[in-house]
Amino acid sequence: MAAEVPLPEITPLTEPYWSGLEAGELRFQRCGGCRNAWLPAREECPRCLSDDASWEASAGRARLISWVVYHSAVHPSFADRLPYNVAVVELDEGARLITSINASEDELSIEMPLTLSIEQESGVSIPRFSPS
Amino acid sequence: MRGKAVIAGVGHTAFGKLPGRTTDSLNVEASRKAIQDAGIDKDAVDAVFVKYPTSQHRSMYGQTVAEALGLQPRIGGVWDQGGATNISMISFAAMAIEHGQCEIALVTIADNPKTGTRQAYERGWGDDAVHGWFGVAAGYAMIMRRHMEEFGTTHEQFGAIARASRRHGAENPHAQLRLPLTEQMYDESRLVVDPLRRDDICLVSDGGAAVVVMSAERARDLGVPAPVPILGFGQGQTSWEVAQRPVLTSTAAEISAKTAFAMAGMTPKDIDVAQLYDCFTIAVMMTLEDYGFARKGEGGRFAEDGNVELGGGLPINTSGGLLSETGMPGMQLVIEGVRQVRGTSVNQVPDAQTAIVSNQGGIMHTHSTLILGR
Repeated sequence: MAAEVPLPEITPLTEPYWSGLEAGELRFQRCGGCRNAWLPAREECPRCLSDDASWEASAGRARLISWVVYHSAVHPSFADRLPYNVAVVELDEGARLITSINASEDELSIEMPLTLSIEQESGVSIPRFSPS
Repeated sequence: MRGKAVIAGVGHTAFGKLPGRTTDSLNVEASRKAIQDAGIDKDAVDAVFVKYPTSQHRSMYGQTVAEALGLQPRIGGVWDQGGATNISMISFAAMAIEHGQCEIALVTIADNPKTGTRQAYERGWGDDAVHGWFGVAAGYAMIMRRHMEEFGTTHEQFGAIARASRRHGAENPHAQLRLPLTEQMYDESRLVVDPLRRDDICLVSDGGAAVVVMSAERARDLGVPAPVPILGFGQGQTSWEVAQRPVLTSTAAEISAKTAFAMAGMTPKDIDVAQLYDCFTIAVMMTLEDYGFARKGEGGRFAEDGNVELGGGLPINTSGGLLSETGMPGMQLVIEGVRQVRGTSVNQVPDAQTAIVSNQGGIMHTHSTLILGR
């Protein structure tokens, strides 16, 4: 039997992120004090240290910061997907996250515009992106 | 503080696969050799700084090592900045000596990921593992891609860095991998996590290494045979994980080197030989730039032009570095810096007066710099 993809450990802190994806939106945190926007979830704003953060839905537009292509599987659950990419993207709202891009490697270049595409991974909704 | 402290002695174990050896024993062997090299009595040591063994968490490990050494330190313990730890501990030791907290410090590291577990280097990154985001190598690959895309840096230029370390390591009888790397071998090296090839990635090694730090004055009084003055040191930390880091193509190496050069009263032009932390070739590329040996984005051309090989303008990793001598995180580079200034390297740079050494940890999260010279 194939190994299972390691799924997120959902906590009270991260629950709004994962339930947002289930509801069809990618949420990030915004500081009520200084308006800083970030991911992943944390209790305090890392810029002004305020604990007044709220969740907002992203419009789903981003740009590609960088990407890698795995040619060997560090975790056995990804062995049958090789080669596969993992990317860093920056949402137009400012938060950055780890994701993957629905494109072949020769279509990718840094700063290219991307559009959110929420997809299913082993029963969990996760954010992926496609070239705009 | 320029020149007030010295590295009085250095020692290391064999490198490679050392089954049956504990980190306690490797720390003691390296320490015994460093104390012998300094020509001092063990009981004169009154400080013990120990690097956290990455592959095995052990609470209060500094006390375990001090007990194995039969020492009761006035100051010491375990420090953890990943691969930046060793130079940072040397600088903390120098500052502690300067301020009367201790007189003779032993700084030691040992780890055994080769016979033990590599798990620390291959784990998933929290909830992002659902995207297939695993392992330290992929973090460096993410930075390497950005560098290649932003500046046009090529595989061949990264290969020039790997070839220099491997050529130098081949001459070192203690090196774990004594196989010179040709351009063709590098080109044919398999992609592990693109853009990283196998030959961009350091060795995994068991081993231990240690140095003895004391004041220059004390070294004179004790008749230490070959003390090497510490001219400058610095540190810097990025802290952000790769995904959150606002800029991927420069690091805290810049502020670390700036601090060290200011203490030494020197500039990059004053450096004769460099030992640059080469866990991955991209780390060397960016250190060359952030230290000011090449302009940002021009590290590739600097390496490609042969500067980094023996006989070039800035020979690097003259004992083989992490790519060839041992994958141990960093102390071997300090020891080679000491050998170069003493004039005892197997790849001696003629009349080397000054050496710079970089250590860095995590995925370029932490950085430390040491300038040695006479």
